[in-house]
Amino acid sequence: MKKLISMIIAILAVVTGLGLWSTHLQKSQGATGDNTLNFANWGDYIDPALIKKFEQQSGYHVNQETFDSNEAMYTKIEQGGTAYDLTVPSEYMVEKMIKSKMLIPLDKSKLTGLNHFGSLYMNRSFDPGNKYSIPYFWGTLGIIYNDEYVKASEIQHWDDLWNPKWRGDIMLIDSARDILGFSLVSMGKSMNTTNPTTLQLAKAKLDQLSPNVKAVVADEIKMYMAEGEAPLAVDWSGEAADMMANNSHLHYVVPSEGSNLWFDNLVIPKTAKHFKAIYVFLNFMNDPKNAAQNAEYVGYSTPNDAALHRLPKAVQNDKQFYPDQSVIEKSEVYEDLAPKIVGMYNDLFLEFKMFRK
Amino acid sequence: MKKNTTNLAFYVPYGLWLGLFVIAPVLLIIYQSFFDIAGHFTLGNYATYFESGTYILMTLNSVVYAFIITALTLLISYPAAYLLHYTKHKQLWLLLIILPTWINLLLKAYAFIGIFSQDGGINSFLGMMGIGPKQFLFTDFSFIFVASYIEIPFMILPIFNAIEELNEGFVNASRDLGAKSWQTFTKVILPLTMSGVKAGVQAVFIPSLSLFMLTRLIGGNRVITLGTAIEEHFLVTMNWGMGSTIGVVLILAMFLIMFLTGERKRKGGRAS
Repeated sequence: MKKLISMIIAILAVVTGLGLWSTHLQKSQGATGDNTLNFANWGDYIDPALIKKFEQQSGYHVNQETFDSNEAMYTKIEQGGTAYDLTVPSEYMVEKMIKSKMLIPLDKSKLTGLNHFGSLYMNRSFDPGNKYSIPYFWGTLGIIYNDEYVKASEIQHWDDLWNPKWRGDIMLIDSARDILGFSLVSMGKSMNTTNPTTLQLAKAKLDQLSPNVKAVVADEIKMYMAEGEAPLAVDWSGEAADMMANNSHLHYVVPSEGSNLWFDNLVIPKTAKHFKAIYVFLNFMNDPKNAAQNAEYVGYSTPNDAALHRLPKAVQNDKQFYPDQSVIEKSEVYEDLAPKIVGMYNDLFLEFKMFRK
Repeated sequence: MKKNTTNLAFYVPYGLWLGLFVIAPVLLIIYQSFFDIAGHFTLGNYATYFESGTYILMTLNSVVYAFIITALTLLISYPAAYLLHYTKHKQLWLLLIILPTWINLLLKAYAFIGIFSQDGGINSFLGMMGIGPKQFLFTDFSFIFVASYIEIPFMILPIFNAIEELNEGFVNASRDLGAKSWQTFTKVILPLTMSGVKAGVQAVFIPSLSLFMLTRLIGGNRVITLGTAIEEHFLVTMNWGMGSTIGVVLILAMFLIMFLTGERKRKGGRAS
């Protein structure tokens, strides 16, 4: 009994100690409530050096919290209990959040630097006139191949994935809309199809791909491709950039028949409180110099044209991450589909995953 | 009279715990399962579950995988626990078996990715023996192997405890009376340690039904269990109703397993 009590006391002491230490740390970093900015962001999606620079320049303290899916972030904000000032949803989630009145419109009079953004990336269907959102990064869905096993000429189109040569060779990203999406595009259909028959056909076509599929995984795909576990993968351009940084044999292709065009955007959720800090931060991030630094760190494609011109020529002319305008124009942005349709996409995807050759 | 009230006071924390963290969540899941994605009351989720072949097939898959995992762990754990009982430094060996459970599940999964991958430990060994690299990751084999590895401590512990409680006198008596070792085992040891086996089966089978992290990390989603579907419904489709329905089915499955493996009260004295 004595032993037990002393153990309980020891644990309590450690907890109190750690608690005091962490409040001390927070205070020493200048977090006192009013001059903070609560920023909900994807993991490793901003250059930490930029945050430091912002804190020094403006005197605001940035409290960063990370999330790993749009849906998780949405649920957190919807259920309350968070105090995010800024967050970074993808385009279809922006549309959904606007519909459910979870976003606060941007006050354009307080914003600077919007003129730097390329016209291709502004005024898209998910937020006409950019009333609520500023694009942060953009990208595509495409095919990553390892040139040790695959020739560039062998993989130029979505249909090339169905080649029996790639038996057990392809890794797919675990995302219903993207995987059914490329099947739809390969059939010449829209990635925003809501027609059940068309979706069934797209799923049936995917079932034919099943023998070629090695695995359907999430973030781990980056690690696997960098280590040469599989010669082919379907993933987003940003993830591809990460893989290519770790393995020089990897290349990224956006099939010319079209793909998905995605945007991650800065928005102000209804839970926001520190409006002064928000606009100082947004203007700071719109500054081409900072945007360029961020793009170099994150490795995704920046929608800030002035920032793009500051990046090395090799990056600016890289067709993998800044494809020709014709490809961009053919590509589709995801629309926020009705929950019933989303459910249909997911059920079909689940069935595809269960399908055994 | 006074004694009764103090006794009652001792039950309050237990009752609160049970109410808040066991009964309330289960009721909430059941409640949630009667709503469709638009928030209307419906029985449709259950209809979908039992009418669409997908979920039935998925349930079947989960049960088959859970059964294989349980059988495999039992096959390894019983002899292990039995031998453990007769080793010298029992507590040390037991600690070594429990130790892996202190390591986070994800870390263990990632370690196995390293072992099974194309240029991982096993494949380099096979390469040295002159056998080309084989595909281990994303196969049924690797999934069942890793899941069994993770569940083994939960099977060994209850069996070990049951064997420890076994009165050595019975074993000696059966030998004295001329039973062969095999007879002693099947007629005396096994029946008397059955409670441990049952507890172990419960502790392994039920979690195995809804493993979901491993299905993706080790199984590469080539293995789909009910856990995968629940995760999808809560995080991606936001169809909490359907996710809860699958949850309810799992809870029912749990009760079924408890009922099948539970201790039945038998009349008549058991020697102690």
